[in-house]
Amino acid sequence: MRFSGFSVLRNALTGQSGWTPHWRKASPKPAYDVIIIGGGGHGLATAYYLAKEFGVTNVAVLEKGWVGSGNVGRNTTIIRSNYMLPGNIPFYEFSMKLWEGLEQDFNYNAMVSQRGVLNLYHSDGQRDAYVRRGNAMRLHGVDAELLDRDGVRAIAPYLDFDNARFPIQGGLLHRRGGTARHDAVVWGYARGADARGVDIIENCEVTGFRMDDGRVVGVETTRGPIGAKTVGMAVAGNSSKVAALAGLRLPIESHVLQAFVSEGVKPLIDTVITFGAGHFYISQSDKGGLVFGGDLDPFPSYAQRGSLSTFADVTENAMALMPMIGRLRILRSWGGIMDMSMDGSPIIDETPVDGLYLNGGWCYGGFKATPASGFCFAHLLARGTPHPAAAAYRLDRFATGRVIDEKGVGPSPNLH
Amino acid sequence: MRIPCPFCGPRDVIEFTVHGEARQRPVFEAHELDTPAAREAFVDYVYLRDNPAGLHVEHWYHGIGCQSWLLVTRDTRTHDILEVAYAAGEEEPAPAVVRTMEVAS
Repeated sequence: MRFSGFSVLRNALTGQSGWTPHWRKASPKPAYDVIIIGGGGHGLATAYYLAKEFGVTNVAVLEKGWVGSGNVGRNTTIIRSNYMLPGNIPFYEFSMKLWEGLEQDFNYNAMVSQRGVLNLYHSDGQRDAYVRRGNAMRLHGVDAELLDRDGVRAIAPYLDFDNARFPIQGGLLHRRGGTARHDAVVWGYARGADARGVDIIENCEVTGFRMDDGRVVGVETTRGPIGAKTVGMAVAGNSSKVAALAGLRLPIESHVLQAFVSEGVKPLIDTVITFGAGHFYISQSDKGGLVFGGDLDPFPSYAQRGSLSTFADVTENAMALMPMIGRLRILRSWGGIMDMSMDGSPIIDETPVDGLYLNGGWCYGGFKATPASGFCFAHLLARGTPHPAAAAYRLDRFATGRVIDEKGVGPSPNLH
Repeated sequence: MRIPCPFCGPRDVIEFTVHGEARQRPVFEAHELDTPAAREAFVDYVYLRDNPAGLHVEHWYHGIGCQSWLLVTRDTRTHDILEVAYAAGEEEPAPAVVRTMEVAS
């Protein structure tokens, strides 16, 4: 079934009776060429690009819950390419370019909205840092504009410009950034992968690896053993748990990141705004709710709920930035488990176990990276060599000193 | 979340700073430091983590309180705190060995 204006019109006239499920409820076959552990955004994007770009269709995606139940449904839907370091810029820009053509590519409305991402600065030093970041982005062909106070005021006149502690001096605007509909992204990839023959197997948790002479030859699951020539892990949040089944220790700590949605209000914030004097980011969903978040809870956690103290910190940031939202009621909050890596950057690489590959360590960057992560991981699984855009995301970079520490805080995963 | 500080009693988590997984620092003589074994041990100590879903022994610092360094045993699945002791004088868990950990099914 292909979506088009004509199919929408035809179903409108026939009682919406012509729609079919987006993907089959597949049962596991005895063996596959490639098994991808994790049916989230990254796992399904990997399966989609494996089938579409690399011609590998004998693929299973194993999901312990249901598609969309993990971090792909727990983020704040922001997409952006405003990174600074050499290993990061080409990758996130590749991702942004894939976002720009994604809906046409997989024939699904992911509601990609390039409404801009505005990072505010509040001091001369921060302005200098943003000039440097903006120049690095422009040198790599990414858009960036430095705005002064009046420039920011023209976009968001409601901010507290003369806050006594954190006056707004200006901002770095990345116009091609924005938001996308997170659920639709994963549904679109699932549908596209399924249509090309990939088996998406839900409620199937991996409980162990089958090894033969030091090489992975399959997985044990709650639905029985399944053979595979190649196994890829795309289980960010739980990477350490799954890797431990193969005897590996990773440079990753799991932390809970909370997000919040207010009651719906009329159109108010038509871009993504980040506060530069603390950690706070906000946008408005198409339903009208303000979607926002801030820092991680500082301690390692696998509980998908956060602390009140972190919530208090996020709302204090909100009040410092835009006091007008102080009377809004918060409808929902939730937590997702992040793979916080030791330098704040992800890992897409082979592991010391033959045939086993890792895609993880996404920190705050997972959702925006979904298309490029899937593409580059598919490249690695299909060809055994890293995609050029993800070549710096090596697992051994901590031992070789080639870390990509965008924030410059060292091996303190709760600070990235 | 409240942490029962052995000196101050139960205090809110915002008084504390967490410093991650508590493990013994590798010990090498000065002339052994520039060896593959030392490098491997320090890469493991600085960068790799067990990161278990379950019991986790970690360092906390009671900065807005008695300023003690604490050794806290906490369940990362529930945030329950099972044991708190002064870090000084206590043995941290043994240094790195590759372990397969129990995974809740």
